Amino acid sequence: MFKITAKASVSAGIILHNLIDPTKNALLTRLMRRVHFTAAELPRPLAPSALHDRYENGVITVAGVHPNVGLEQEQEQTARVRLQRGFKLHRLSEGPDTMVSLTQAEAVRYYRQMKAIRQIEAAANRLYKERMVRGFCHLYTGQEACAVGMRAVMRPEDSIISAYRVHGWAYLMGLSAQGVLAELTGRRSGCSCGKGGSMHMYAPNFYGGNGIVGAQVSLGAGVALASKYRQNGGVCLALYGDGAANQGQVFESFNMAALWQLPIVFVCENNNYGMGTSAERAACNTRYYTRGDVLPGIWVDGMDVLAVRSATEYAIEFAQNRGPLLLELCTYRYGGHSLSDPGTSYRSREEVKEVRRKSDAINRFRELCLDYGLQSQEQLEEIDAEVQTEVQNAVKVARSDEELAPQYLWADVYAQNIEPRLRSVYGYDLMHARSKPT
Amino acid sequence: MLRSRLTQAACAAQRAFSTSPRVLAKQMTVRDALNSALDDELARDDRVFLLGEEVAQYDGAYKISRGLWKKYGDKRIIDTPITEMGFAGIAVGAAMAGLRPVCEFMTFNFSMQAIDHVINSAAKTFYMSAGAVNVPIVFRGPNGAASGVAAQHSQCFAAWYAHCPGLKVVSPYDSEDARGLLKSAIRDPDPVVVLENELMYGVAFPVDDKVADKDFLVPIGKAKIMKPGKDITIVAHSKAVETSLLAAAELAKKGIDAEVINLRSIRPLDVATIFASVRKTHHLITVENGWPQHGVGAEICARIMEDQTFFELDAPIWRCCGVDVPMPYAKSLEINALPQVKDVTEAAIKIVGNKVGKAAATAGK
Repeated sequence: MFKITAKASVSAGIILHNLIDPTKNALLTRLMRRVHFTAAELPRPLAPSALHDRYENGVITVAGVHPNVGLEQEQEQTARVRLQRGFKLHRLSEGPDTMVSLTQAEAVRYYRQMKAIRQIEAAANRLYKERMVRGFCHLYTGQEACAVGMRAVMRPEDSIISAYRVHGWAYLMGLSAQGVLAELTGRRSGCSCGKGGSMHMYAPNFYGGNGIVGAQVSLGAGVALASKYRQNGGVCLALYGDGAANQGQVFESFNMAALWQLPIVFVCENNNYGMGTSAERAACNTRYYTRGDVLPGIWVDGMDVLAVRSATEYAIEFAQNRGPLLLELCTYRYGGHSLSDPGTSYRSREEVKEVRRKSDAINRFRELCLDYGLQSQEQLEEIDAEVQTEVQNAVKVARSDEELAPQYLWADVYAQNIEPRLRSVYGYDLMHARSKPT
Repeated sequence: MLRSRLTQAACAAQRAFSTSPRVLAKQMTVRDALNSALDDELARDDRVFLLGEEVAQYDGAYKISRGLWKKYGDKRIIDTPITEMGFAGIAVGAAMAGLRPVCEFMTFNFSMQAIDHVINSAAKTFYMSAGAVNVPIVFRGPNGAASGVAAQHSQCFAAWYAHCPGLKVVSPYDSEDARGLLKSAIRDPDPVVVLENELMYGVAFPVDDKVADKDFLVPIGKAKIMKPGKDITIVAHSKAVETSLLAAAELAKKGIDAEVINLRSIRPLDVATIFASVRKTHHLITVENGWPQHGVGAEICARIMEDQTFFELDAPIWRCCGVDVPMPYAKSLEINALPQVKDVTEAAIKIVGNKVGKAAATAGK
């Protein structure tokens, strides 16, 4: 049942047939050793997908994503990859493709994006330890494949809203590493001028960044309603964790999205812990992809960027044409809930180590790229270095830039202010302003 | 009906003091004012839509949206399940994405289920995003005590919402207010809470022709002097304006000329109008149906205290508020729980006679 096939790109003329022979392929033998499938997880027959050809024709250009490096498109080669773990389906007779294509350009992009998120979070961690980041700081480390896989197939008309673990998403939606890190240090070049902080970052088609657990799900349903209302073909991805999955308004949103056939994909990033409470201790049903009642759902290996991409592509197409559905991305956060949580009282260090060792999304993807010959070790190291430089430069600004001038404290309370004066600590002496030119 | 007789009397009281020439004006109920305001704005801007419980096929729990579903259809007039937190969130999300939702709460009592979205999602997003994402939404519905519906359904939220920067809060009294303020609220780029009053929906008020105009707007943040006077200022909003006008008529019989200010907006609060009035009358009472502590009247007192206008006062300011208890069910208890005309009249007489502080001090001993 389990095999890897490969297909040579005509333009590249590179033959990868040797991958089919397990005796010649280290990856395959490793995978066969590593992966133990239960019946429910067995790869499913390929689902017909109208969108599939888009991969075969070359690179998908995604607005707002950082430029790819060092690849000539004419020389591009495409690998055909069978996902290591299949999908579990709820109220669906067929699911996303388990056999997916991966071009060199895509490989570079996903690898680069995942590395960039990890580096940004590492930088955030350092800045926090230096006490330059105030308040809450929730890191996405470990979950990179979720955001990168989803972002890979978002179209310009699609939007996304998430909760408080959003540094990576802010970056993927077009904000710079500097915009993110300078926001964490509260500087004026931060993406919200230092007025939002870790949880409140916004970009076109990215509606935050929300500090109220679960609130983003109904807001996301509203964004989807706006897309449907405008008939712009957009789908909204509304992300929430296994903790938020128990909030009442999440179920309220499922209900209305189903009633009104909103173009929304509810994405539960199940990292196994809502703060320090494990999924089993918080939910009577931890199969989150089944919790939409009549809504279809798909369980996805959230540590596999290609699985997330395949599922999201399927889900976006499904949401647009057939209505809302749920994705559960099974993932893991390496750090605590936030940086003030060492994350060791409710789980063991061994557990974290084990996930890092066996399932780390970046390591898995790196190996895949190498094994398929999509990137060389040197090329990947070059990307690493480039990302490191980008983040280092961002950190410099995040450290050195200034905070907003005091008069911007009272900027942006209203889009159209009609108070003659806002109140200061005492007295009504503040003229309302805008921190960015309108 | 007691209330319609009262309101007629209040209108008559207002007219009796009016200096403008009496024209036989046409009548419009507050319900029709709100309905026509929605109709106008739905027609004017296709981003505007109405959602809430029973707003479409049922024609509105209080018939404010009567006929709109038939006219605008399922896309623009959306019946929601009974799920305030969810649909308020959906409305805010749609506003963040550029639509102009009007989110009806069947009554504002139920907005407490959704208050997180009103405050955290709607009011704060513009600030948190440094001006990148505005939330042009209207939350509207009946607010305050209705009649015989007891504690959980009889509460004023003016102070709650007016407390929060990022929100604008209006509270219409009559048909002109209701129509003009709702239209302004819908056109406003910020979140606006429109606190209506169920008891006023069926009341007809005389309105000028200009009120029926498609572009008639009442500016948010401006109060209206309902009746000018020189002896004492009475500041009120919503149904308490009616109480205040009736009290002013009673006071006139006793030779006290009261000025009645209809706040119209709770946030921003038009303190300029209040200050100017106090500089003229040197006496002030506030009237509201909400609770006293940290209420609208309390805020007005604080504003006066913080201003030179304080020195214009010849007597302490006094508040007439809803009694500091949950609303009882029984009729006589309910009446006693809300400021009545005689309460306002008595308070005004004591203030003008500069006896209020003394009376209270004596009572405390």
